[in-house]
Amino acid sequence: MRIPFLWSCALVLAAVGGNVRAAAAADFQPAVVYDMGGKFDRSFNQSAYDGAERFKKETGLAYREFEITNAAQREQAIAQLARRGATVIVAVGFTQASAVEKVAKDFPNVKFTLIDAVVDLPNVQSVVFREQESSFLCGLAAALASKSGKVGFVGGMDIPLIRKFALGYREGVKYGNATADIFENMTGTTPAAWSDPSKGAELAKSQIGRGADVIFHAAGATGTGVMQAAKDAGKLSIGCDSNQNYLQPGSVLTSAVKRVDVAVFNAFTTARAGTWKAGQLSLGLKEDGVDFALDQYNRTILTPAIEARLKQAKADIISGRIKVSEYK
Amino acid sequence: METYTIIVLLLAATIRVATPLLLAALAGLFSERAGVIDLGLEGKMLGAAFAAAAVSAVTGSAWLGLGAAILTGAALALLIGFACITHRGNQVVAGMAVTIMVVGLAPSLALAWFGLGGQTPQLAAAGQRFTALPWPWADAARETPFPGLLYAELLGGHNLVVYLAAALVPASAWVLYRTRFGMRLRAVGENPHAVESAGVPVNALRYRAVLISGVLCGVAGAYLSTAANAGFVRDMTAGKGYLALAALIFGKWRPGPTLGACLLFAFTDAAAARMQGVALPLVGVVPVQFILALPYVLTVLLLAGFVGRAVPPKALGMPYAKER
Repeated sequence: MRIPFLWSCALVLAAVGGNVRAAAAADFQPAVVYDMGGKFDRSFNQSAYDGAERFKKETGLAYREFEITNAAQREQAIAQLARRGATVIVAVGFTQASAVEKVAKDFPNVKFTLIDAVVDLPNVQSVVFREQESSFLCGLAAALASKSGKVGFVGGMDIPLIRKFALGYREGVKYGNATADIFENMTGTTPAAWSDPSKGAELAKSQIGRGADVIFHAAGATGTGVMQAAKDAGKLSIGCDSNQNYLQPGSVLTSAVKRVDVAVFNAFTTARAGTWKAGQLSLGLKEDGVDFALDQYNRTILTPAIEARLKQAKADIISGRIKVSEYK
Repeated sequence: METYTIIVLLLAATIRVATPLLLAALAGLFSERAGVIDLGLEGKMLGAAFAAAAVSAVTGSAWLGLGAAILTGAALALLIGFACITHRGNQVVAGMAVTIMVVGLAPSLALAWFGLGGQTPQLAAAGQRFTALPWPWADAARETPFPGLLYAELLGGHNLVVYLAAALVPASAWVLYRTRFGMRLRAVGENPHAVESAGVPVNALRYRAVLISGVLCGVAGAYLSTAANAGFVRDMTAGKGYLALAALIFGKWRPGPTLGACLLFAFTDAAAARMQGVALPLVGVVPVQFILALPYVLTVLLLAGFVGRAVPPKALGMPYAKER
């Protein structure tokens, strides 16, 4: 009697489980996996969060999310979301690439959108931004706003993506002022470099000590320290990824905005409408994927003269008259 | 002149980076001299950093934040004391347990109270932070590089906590070597049975030692979140507690040499931040990776070659049980 009883239990459980799974698959379930730094880093991840929140507000559909706090969680988190029936999973950050590649092969029916890196699989959409273009504009703004002719750059983790920011920035500075000095620092070589504001502030102070009066950061949460140090010393900073002008009003010259929010929002909406496509998307100034930020917080420091030069340069980059090189 | 400016700014940065290390190392000094291993430095500092930022954000006063940080540090220290003095638990385990608890608890509380993903709000208003104290004539002094720059950048231009930490080094030495309390405290770390037989209660002395450690960690935490930075972020101590413990051992459990060790660690760190992309004579521009590894390489070399034997207090790590 025992064995048939157990069997029937198992059958009932299987039936229930199957039903739950079928019901879940019928629903549209978007999910987003944030990178180190957390969804409130006031920068890169927060931009992704804004996009997901916008989707939730406009459609009333909930989404699942996961904040990575150590490297080992990436693959588990993504696989877990896929297993629990997510329709589309947005993985934010280049460090998720290998995890996405692995999980995407195991779940060919789940759609993956990877931001900042490229994985070539039939169910993966890779979104990359041409950060060099917005960095170029920020470099130009820095060169025009600097009185000392010396400007700084503080990067987060020393990786090609951040070198891409640095290179675009350098070209922009040189375009605005061919004799300007540029100081470049990287915070570290591990993911911890994204969330170390003390180190960011220390690097900014060192650049200010050498004469820099405008500092651009591309360092996630570390950048809040950079902007704080610039504010404390009465200098200017340039924000990154999100529009960070509001963080230190009157001290943030502009921000190199990267519309991760648009990428997340589009991934969710197209997946829902059935128009989601795998492959590579490259977003730049032309596609409104990157831009410089202008609002009431930096209106007083970003003068109309600088604004006009930036707009001109933006048009020239879009038309191809200015070529910004890409870090390879 | 350029080199001179760089060196002065480098030394000023060294002082800023060394301050939390020094406060934590002095905290460890009191605790370990009384025979209680202080692996909870990291946790006490992190908890205090969170308390300081949270209270300062809510009340708008850095001083109330400092008070909350000291209370938090002391409360966590008493927890460690309760586990390993009253109940004679393993001191290493107790310290680690408190650290692990705070690493999880602080961001959780921050999330529950402020809803900003484990951070506290940015401290922007005046009075919410300890900012650099303006020294008289500092701006005028800057015009004449020598000795004006030394005066403006190295002596002046720091916040209150930096000066407090500096003053605590001779104060700790005086307390430990010149007062009755200090001598008894050191004796408890060497031979608690002898102290007991002289009629001095061992556990009460050890409690006072860990309490001092908690208070100093509180100040160190407040420095991190309300003076050096403007707010609390997850794991913001970034291993400074363990580094302070290393400095303490490096300094052979003495205030003066410990100060030297803290300054050395801070100097390598500050130098690493400044040497990136700077062309050095003879070698040219050094790769970033090498610069970032330099503090660790230097520490290993110094610890391996130049320190000599560091002898810990004899009763360190041993719970004291009264003989019956």
